[in-house]
Amino acid sequence: MGTTETTASGRSLSKGLGFRKSLMTLAASVMLATSAQAAMPSTAEVNTTGLAVTDDSVTVGILHSITGTMAISEIGSVQAEKLAIDQINASGGVLGRQIKFVQEDGASDWPTFAEKSRKLLRQDNVAAIFGAWTSASRKAVLPVMEQYNGMLYYPTFYEGLEQSPNVVYTGQEATQQILASLNWAAETKGAKSFYLLGSDYIWPRTSNKIARKHIEDKLGLKVSGEEYYPLGHTQFNSVINKIKLKKPDVIFASVVGGSNVAFYKQMKAAGIDFTDEKPLLLTISVTEDEIRGIGGENVDGIYASMKYFQSLDNDNNQEFVAAFKDAYGDDMVIGDVTQAAYLGPWLWKAAVEKAGSFDIDKIREEFAGIEFTKAPEGYVRIHENHHLWSKTRIGQAQPDGQYKVVYETEELMEPDPFPEGYQ
Amino acid sequence: MFDGYTSSELMSIFAMQGFAGLSLFSVFVLMALGLAIIFGQMGVINMAHGEFMILGAYTTYLTSGFFQSYLPSLFGGYFFVAMVLAFLICAALGAFVEWLMIRRLYHRPLDTLLATWGLSLIMQQAYRSIFGAREVGVDLPEWMMGAIQVTDLVELPINGLFVMIIALSIAVGVYFLMYRSGYGKKVRAVVQNRPMAEAVGINSAGIDRATFALGCGIAGVAGAAFTMIGSTGPSSGQAYIVDTFLVVVFGGAQSLIGTIVSAFGISQAQSTMEFFLSGSMAKVLTLLVVVGILMLRPEGLMALKVRR
Repeated sequence: MGTTETTASGRSLSKGLGFRKSLMTLAASVMLATSAQAAMPSTAEVNTTGLAVTDDSVTVGILHSITGTMAISEIGSVQAEKLAIDQINASGGVLGRQIKFVQEDGASDWPTFAEKSRKLLRQDNVAAIFGAWTSASRKAVLPVMEQYNGMLYYPTFYEGLEQSPNVVYTGQEATQQILASLNWAAETKGAKSFYLLGSDYIWPRTSNKIARKHIEDKLGLKVSGEEYYPLGHTQFNSVINKIKLKKPDVIFASVVGGSNVAFYKQMKAAGIDFTDEKPLLLTISVTEDEIRGIGGENVDGIYASMKYFQSLDNDNNQEFVAAFKDAYGDDMVIGDVTQAAYLGPWLWKAAVEKAGSFDIDKIREEFAGIEFTKAPEGYVRIHENHHLWSKTRIGQAQPDGQYKVVYETEELMEPDPFPEGYQ
Repeated sequence: MFDGYTSSELMSIFAMQGFAGLSLFSVFVLMALGLAIIFGQMGVINMAHGEFMILGAYTTYLTSGFFQSYLPSLFGGYFFVAMVLAFLICAALGAFVEWLMIRRLYHRPLDTLLATWGLSLIMQQAYRSIFGAREVGVDLPEWMMGAIQVTDLVELPINGLFVMIIALSIAVGVYFLMYRSGYGKKVRAVVQNRPMAEAVGINSAGIDRATFALGCGIAGVAGAAFTMIGSTGPSSGQAYIVDTFLVVVFGGAQSLIGTIVSAFGISQAQSTMEFFLSGSMAKVLTLLVVVGILMLRPEGLMALKVRR
């Protein structure tokens, strides 16, 4: 499924590319001879579409909610994106240009996201937008990105079922988070029955649909219940009683936001000790960030399926965590999405440098196969469907609010936003 | 859905389900009492009610931090101090808001709706600026966690019991204040006939301020109690506001007894239905029933009979 076929321009790409490249090389060598700025390609050449690129700077947009109910989740992403931009600038920028950013506030309001993204593209002419967090905000921004041919770097793990030529998805789509973790629960923990529980909106429902298909059709096991509660719901006593009655081996939880806090506090108060693993709780929605609000003692022993945990033991991650704490304070915690947001500017830089241009159409052609070896989560690579190849990892929550990694897939999981047989 | 369970298992589940209903009931009572006092007695729709609750929750958070740092030996009892502080701080802010804003709007009830909604936005953003956008975790003393094991299967959460006791105490306290004290007599006089009450020498402006402060103070205590079962973040108050209005409107705006009866009805209906249906469906059905009953009885369950 080549994304190039769907580009707005629809040019014949592979041929034109080679020609353009040789032309560029030619132009560059002419520049080399004549210009004082020898190492740096000229602005006219790296920017043919009127983006905000000058001889020494390039402007990008950051678009997240820093007010309103989503601010709690999105602020970590803003911090990570700014950190990446600072680091890129310190190491010489992109194509010799320092990155400047314009930050806009989506204010947890989806029409505002659309409005602000239009402003960033039309008025600020940004070369890339790092932003959106909820699926609703991404869906609001999407038509604007496609109309004005912008490029959005979207950090959140999400439900899949989307693949836009104007978005790069640096988080996991649903199958990357779910399938391996269910296999793990069945194989390592011997789970036979699963209780699916989530907040009532598209992401938990799509995720549980995939989970149910996988549990029943692929693993041949049992789903003993599936439940949804309205966003912001704070009373979980009834469902806890139901779970006690049905005695599932695994509670597969995708409860989000403030409901999370209520859910885990009430589970604990009802005498369920997660460290007993009866039942085992496997969540796809609680990162280190959420644990700060829930309290480590309330989630001690639960398992989470993510691609990144702050406790990951590798050199990239240790540098990243140290830099993050250095920039924002020692009490900061870093969740899965924060790490994915950090990848955005780096992947954009890699794509720009590979294309030798800031033009959206040119970097789009280069996405497939772009690698980032310094990713805190390890090695990542962009798939031709604009999602990332990445590993699935299972962590067990510790009382101090960190996860201990207990399992990771050997191979990178292929992103599959339209999984066949799961819809 | 009960195939394959022994009768003792079922009995225990029903016992626990009954307890779940009761604890939801006490949560509703706590949420709604403050609002019912303000809405019922003054006709002011306080959209910032949830934010006053969260102010109480943040007070609890700060108190717990203070005790941990300076008085760790007394940490087990900090919660009682926190509740008193939450009441005082919220009541003080309530009195201030009444003086600054509400008293100018008594003749324009719909404008109070907008004004207090604006207030709720201001308060939310203030929390965000002061405490950060992330939710804070409130540490609870060890004795408040966990459950009392009654039989093998029946376990009663301690914090649920605790919320029940608080709700009961406050309800009884409010009853005595409203129906057995001089202050209550004046409040009721003002509600029933303001010009007449003023004519016999009641300071109705003072009564209004005290009542608004009382309602906000109770919201603060409720917020303190909810740190045990819910989240504490800048916009957590929003999660409570709809249920709170539901309970108050369904109960009949001017009747505190009505508020309690409606809290009981809604909580039992919701928790029973949540057990048999999914959570979202239970909510939808509850709302439908409430709307249906309100169509037949627009005044709510218990309307105050006064001559207009």
